[in-house]
Amino acid sequence: MLVLHYASSSLTGAVTDVSAVDVERNSISILIREEPPQLDSSRATDAISGMVLGHVMEGLVRMGMDGRLEGAVAKDWEVTPTTATFWLREDAKWSDGRPVTAADFIFSWQTALKPETGSEYAFLLFAIKNAEAINTGTLPPSALGLSAPDTNTLVIDLERPVPFFDKMLVFPTFYPIREDFYAATEGRFGADADQLLYNGPFQITRWVHGSSMTFERNPHYWNLEEIHLDAIHVPFITSDATASLNFFKDRKISMTGLQAENLTEAMRMGWQIRQHRDGTVFYIDFNFRDDRATDNLNLRRAIQAALDMEEMVYKVTKLPGYEPGVSLFPGWLMGEKDLLRREYPPTKISPNASSAQAYLQAAMQELGLDEPPDLVLLSGDNPISSVQSEWVQQSLKTTLGISIKIDKQIFKQRLAKMTAGDFDMVLAGWGPDYNDPLTFGDLYASWNKNNRGEYNSPELDALIDTAQNQLEPAARMRAFGDIQQHLIENAVLLPMYERGVTYVVDPRIKQLKRRVIGPDPDWSRAYIDAGSE
Amino acid sequence: MLRYFAKRIVLGLVTIWFIASATFFGMHAVPGDPLAGDKAMTAQIRANLEAKYGLDQPLGTQYLIYLGNIAQGDFGISYTQENRRVNDIIREHFPISATLGILAIVFAGLGGVLWGALTALYRNRWPDVVIMFLVILGISVPSFVVAAISQWSLVGANLAAGTTILPIGGWGTVWHMLVPALVLGLSTMAYLTRLMRSSMLEVVSTDYIRTAKAKGLPATQIFSRHQLRNAILPVVTVLGPAIAGITTGGFVVEIVFAIPGLGRYFVQAIQQLDYTVIMGTTVFYGAFLVFMVILVDLVYGLIDPRVRVEK
Repeated sequence: MLVLHYASSSLTGAVTDVSAVDVERNSISILIREEPPQLDSSRATDAISGMVLGHVMEGLVRMGMDGRLEGAVAKDWEVTPTTATFWLREDAKWSDGRPVTAADFIFSWQTALKPETGSEYAFLLFAIKNAEAINTGTLPPSALGLSAPDTNTLVIDLERPVPFFDKMLVFPTFYPIREDFYAATEGRFGADADQLLYNGPFQITRWVHGSSMTFERNPHYWNLEEIHLDAIHVPFITSDATASLNFFKDRKISMTGLQAENLTEAMRMGWQIRQHRDGTVFYIDFNFRDDRATDNLNLRRAIQAALDMEEMVYKVTKLPGYEPGVSLFPGWLMGEKDLLRREYPPTKISPNASSAQAYLQAAMQELGLDEPPDLVLLSGDNPISSVQSEWVQQSLKTTLGISIKIDKQIFKQRLAKMTAGDFDMVLAGWGPDYNDPLTFGDLYASWNKNNRGEYNSPELDALIDTAQNQLEPAARMRAFGDIQQHLIENAVLLPMYERGVTYVVDPRIKQLKRRVIGPDPDWSRAYIDAGSE
Repeated sequence: MLRYFAKRIVLGLVTIWFIASATFFGMHAVPGDPLAGDKAMTAQIRANLEAKYGLDQPLGTQYLIYLGNIAQGDFGISYTQENRRVNDIIREHFPISATLGILAIVFAGLGGVLWGALTALYRNRWPDVVIMFLVILGISVPSFVVAAISQWSLVGANLAAGTTILPIGGWGTVWHMLVPALVLGLSTMAYLTRLMRSSMLEVVSTDYIRTAKAKGLPATQIFSRHQLRNAILPVVTVLGPAIAGITTGGFVVEIVFAIPGLGRYFVQAIQQLDYTVIMGTTVFYGAFLVFMVILVDLVYGLIDPRVRVEK
């Protein structure tokens, strides 16, 4: 009996341990959707790994709280058309107290490029001299265009001028890795909490796979002044949105996303509902292969004129925070001085049934058809894609008499079919890799592997070439404006919406940063204000 | 006896080989590309990845390499969690599923015998009607609904109490296991209740019960000594496969209650076409099921002397 009593009391202690905000211990608890698949920064590609790595690692530069690029391990830098030079701060340290040096970046980037690493994002490094040749195995990693005149200076030789090179460096692929530590992990680098060396504001002190993680303040971080929390706990890992909401209600986690059906309840609870546009654009892609009807411009224009994206966003999906799509370039991208969207507003195509009909007649004549063609719409298998594809099917049937066959596939199979060109139209989306319009701008280049409909236009290729190589900002942005105009005029894609997320945060937490580029959500600078409940 | 079990074990190994081969070829026949991600890869990066996973070899060679590795107990490295070995995934997460499963079986077994005996005892009276109605509910309501409702109710209870009566999810202590185990065992409990009920009713009309009554034994003694003991045998028979079923079928419960069990990996691997994890978990679960069936045969022979193996 005594034993039982003892056991139950010690267990009870563990149960109440988790709380959304622990003022006494200066810590918070959060939930993540899935186990971070990859904490080896040279190989990480997904958002969850990026979010975790963003709290425990630091690159040369980072996105500041004001959304601007700021120095991190580098205190200063200079980018010219041929080289980039970074001066590292002396007080940047690893979690074992040793300094972060230029050699750690050189080793990390060489590792990402080695063919046997199999890094999917190695292409981000291709701006550096010889990078691509190393990735194909024709040159040894030591040939990479990097040098360290002293331990705190990193000089990068560029393969070609990249106007936004410094902005790319916020991506995890560019984080440093220390060679001796990497070698000592014997192929298990990043597999466990003790198989990683940290140089960011926090370090992972506990990681039970699939279950929980703890990030504690890294005492060796150079900028501890900005770091207020002592610990961030991740007591739950689950993809179930309802469970997440329940954990929030139970005051076990400090933030949860909201679904459309939870909004009324959230308002009744008096929660302060927040919105964040996550930077991703969703659109309908066409297949431009010669045997496809969608290769015909008038047919695409007919579909463009028939679909009312505002109706889809506001009346069909009705998801909070979503905005009807008007361009491949989302609204948050910066142009030369102001938002790109203000500097180069996209031409608005208003839905118009009669002009859609006229385009369809012209298309049928060109294609030699008596009836409107039947088309295959490839779609994902999630509820949102299902509703959207049915809406497209219905709209095109009523306005144009086009019959759509919906081909619903799981993620991997949809990608395989897109790559094989087995579709007429497909619901697709694109999220940014770096903070420059080019991350969207080169999608329809004839050489881009993500151009799965194989759109091929010398005119567009020339514009993209300008956007890639022109160093003068005004001329570059003009090229993006022209790309946007080309895509709309030729109905190369039909932007559907920009995605938003709706969420609630424990009111005691301040300075939580949501971002489009870089780790999101970013809790690293957050603090607890106990008085503001 | 020994020879019989040696034969069973050899047959079991053949079954596992068959499972492994069928899974291997079935998996490769499923359309979709395990290496595909949101962003397209350059031909070189793709070739590097294919070489890393041995996908550049012909299918026959891949199969032989894979069989050789399995024979040595090595399931390879996960495609989605690139620096975790599948062996580690099974080793770390199966015990959690197993713990939860055993607790669920205990709930299901105790509950099933108790409710089943009660319904038989009160046949066609109100306890029977009420319990059988709940049994039908337990069998027909899918576990994701039960899981969601019970979690939602727990949140309400905790809010009303102003403190944590029971955690609504996560893993770590016995308290975390109670509700998920109940939810997981519910449909098995319902099934066992029905089985126990019909088995009890069959026993009631047997001669030895009539004899016992005629001898003038008290009703409680008839119930516990004669009726229950004889009626419980069919329940024991189905428990074996039920244990295997429950310890492997906890995917939904694991997602809702944020439990790091193997069931999640088993299902998600298929969605993500994570070849090595699909192979590892399927072969592991297959072997586990084969083992449980052999074990039940063995136990059954011990419990019931009528079951004898011919030499």
